[in-house]
Amino acid sequence: MRTFRTALLGFAAAVCLGTTAATETLRIGLAVEPSSLDPHFHNIQPNLQIARQVFDFLITRDHRQQLGPGLAVAWKAIDDKTWEFKLREGVKWHDGSPFTADDIIFTVGRVPNVPGSPGGYGSYALGKRVTKVDDLTIRVTTDKPNPLMLNDLATFAIVSRKHGENATTENYNTGPAAIGTGPYKLVEWVRGDRIVFEENKEYWGGRTPWDRVVFRPIASNASRIAALLGGQVDLIDNVPLVDIAQLKRNSNVALSQSPSNRLIYFALDSSRHISPFVKANDGTALWPNPLRDARVRKAISMAINRPAIVERIMDGGAVASGQIVPEGFFGHDPSLKAEKFDASGAKKILTEAGYPYGFRVTIHSPRDRYPNDASITESIAQMLTQIGIKTEVAILPASVYFTRASRLEFSFAFYAFGSDTGEASSPLNGVLSTYNAQTGAGAFNRGRYSNANFDAVMQEALITMEDGKREQLLREATAIAIGDYAAIPLHFQINTWALRKGLRYEARTDENTLPRSVSKAP
Amino acid sequence: MSAFILRRLMQAGVAILIVTLIVFFGVSVIGNPVDILVSPDCNQACHAQAVAALGLDKPLFQQYLIFLWNVLHGRLGTSYVLGATAVDLIVQRLPATLELAFSAMALSISIGIPLGLWAGLRPDAMIGKSIMAGSILGFSLPTFWVGTMFIILFSVELGWLPPTGRGPTVPFFGIPVSFLTLEGLSHLALPALNLALFNISLVIRLTQAGVREVLLMDYIKFAYAKGLTGRRVILVHVLKNVLIPVVTVTGLELGNLIAFAVVTETIFAWPGMGKLIIDSIQVLDRPVIVAYLMITVTMFVIINLIVDIVYSLLDPRIRYQRSAG
Repeated sequence: MRTFRTALLGFAAAVCLGTTAATETLRIGLAVEPSSLDPHFHNIQPNLQIARQVFDFLITRDHRQQLGPGLAVAWKAIDDKTWEFKLREGVKWHDGSPFTADDIIFTVGRVPNVPGSPGGYGSYALGKRVTKVDDLTIRVTTDKPNPLMLNDLATFAIVSRKHGENATTENYNTGPAAIGTGPYKLVEWVRGDRIVFEENKEYWGGRTPWDRVVFRPIASNASRIAALLGGQVDLIDNVPLVDIAQLKRNSNVALSQSPSNRLIYFALDSSRHISPFVKANDGTALWPNPLRDARVRKAISMAINRPAIVERIMDGGAVASGQIVPEGFFGHDPSLKAEKFDASGAKKILTEAGYPYGFRVTIHSPRDRYPNDASITESIAQMLTQIGIKTEVAILPASVYFTRASRLEFSFAFYAFGSDTGEASSPLNGVLSTYNAQTGAGAFNRGRYSNANFDAVMQEALITMEDGKREQLLREATAIAIGDYAAIPLHFQINTWALRKGLRYEARTDENTLPRSVSKAP
Repeated sequence: MSAFILRRLMQAGVAILIVTLIVFFGVSVIGNPVDILVSPDCNQACHAQAVAALGLDKPLFQQYLIFLWNVLHGRLGTSYVLGATAVDLIVQRLPATLELAFSAMALSISIGIPLGLWAGLRPDAMIGKSIMAGSILGFSLPTFWVGTMFIILFSVELGWLPPTGRGPTVPFFGIPVSFLTLEGLSHLALPALNLALFNISLVIRLTQAGVREVLLMDYIKFAYAKGLTGRRVILVHVLKNVLIPVVTVTGLELGNLIAFAVVTETIFAWPGMGKLIIDSIQVLDRPVIVAYLMITVTMFVIINLIVDIVYSLLDPRIRYQRSAG
């Protein structure tokens, strides 16, 4: 089959010789189709990765999500509240019109105001005032010092004012507004079937190896792999853990892996005096709630055998963690290791805390939202039962789970958090700061952990402009929270891509599949 | 006849209204879509903004009244997740699903009836027995497994047919279809056969049982005694009488194939409606769920109406009763 295709390509190339070179098409099998091509409509990874084909960002992120120049080539903080950006010269929109400061001003205004958006990038754009110095220089001011300015500006795509004014989300989906400065031009999107791009030959970042890129959504794991093995696609994302070993043995397939930024962790109800799913051994309500005691939370963390979960449940597709962000991210502390498994030590601490006979608890978990979510929860329930905490498991579909979770109906629950900003302050502030609807702190703090000491360090980190000092503060905040067992980190997932032999992909922490990073192996 | 159709359509209207009520309130009881949709780094203000953007901050009955008002003006709502109107989304995918369902139906009739007839006429012969045994497999093997096996066998191992997706489409009376090109047919073959498998077995069994029953009837004996050829007896007298239950069941099954082809669509990445509705249910995308079910109910009503009309063509007694009443 493959030799036949090669022969056919060779023949086609021979025929075309002297007129044009054969077009190189890259066909990608995606697990999840984007919901929209409007880059500001919904902040989710499947949309972002498609937006990255058509559009550029002021600040780019490399495969480890570290920042680099994009449409902005240079920047400096003029004072604590003002940043100045020099924009790239000679950049053109796909229709040939020039890119200028006006497009940035328009974009920052549009991002928080997309009608019908189920949650976009508004929180990154709000509070930023953009003024034009000249066509290729802008200043961005904020009311408070904002050291995360660059991270914020790396989250949303820059759209064209000319095509974006009065454009609806539908105009982006169907194409007329989907005019970017990015490496590929949109040819067509047939929902559920394919998204086709052709190369932007004038791209400022240089040519790519692909003239044409076709994304095909193939949701079924088995079918996605079959499409790769059958030669219908060249690359697939989201390779399921159970198939990795088999694909490794297949000489026609190359794998590319990277730890992801997505942390799997458990949140424990550490605020309420009586927690709904924590009971005494006889089934009556337990007062006070033992999960409020940091020693009990420590015992729970020690009772979890992380290496066993990584090996047996995740088939090696995870990296055990003792903190919130993976290695290589700003704020990661290399000295913080994953908690060592020690069942007898855990039992001892539980006895010291006054629970020699344990208690009862129910862990809640979604099913099929994250790889092996339910199995992980079930195995942890067994581990906890072994140290005397009689644990039950309640598995719910995601639609029910997340509504109940945000109503704080759980005592002990499974969560995941992807550090999309590539640094530690967003997960620390979102997951562990004291809940405060006014400031937006602790929005995802489902255990309602609250420690004034942590909050103080965190607040300082959020306004410290100097990188070295800020990283120190973030590590300090992490140490406080982890020392408190504010949440129980489990592991980072590993992302796997599979390619036909002869191709390479630079695996990314942010799960994005970018055709520009697919190259032919020498 | 027209009074009959009118009554049917009014019943359909009531059914649709009840469906919207149940779905609208049912979905709201399950949970709040914003909790599933927002990214974890969306803070409280961003969450509240999303709730307001989707109109979920209003009381439920008010949301329902707004919905009804919009329906009366021909608007079925905009998807929370996909940013497109629900009707557009469904209409975009409807041709793919209809094509798959009708292909499967054509396969089940064209394979099922002849095989069932054969098995009914020669129940004790080797072939008749094998057909019946084979139909048990068709019943009992789960679609997702057979689909995966088809892909492994015909696409990965033999390389004959593409494993997933829909082929290029050409307009056919304005509807984009893929069965008119060779490449389109090659994409259609596996999913259609996979979807048809259950129905082929069903039709075989219904036809076989019907044939065996009818063969014992007096009018068949009479027809033979009258000196008619075996061919005419079987094709006119046997088959026509056997077809009534087959038409009823295939009619109902066609509705099922259209509305619930989701397993096959998912395995073969077929861009139809089944995948859309499952995804929408998972994230509580109420406008799409409601619109989808309204359209499905309408479709079932129409199919049942057609089935009734076909009955009257097949069985004169039904026709006479209706014109009398």
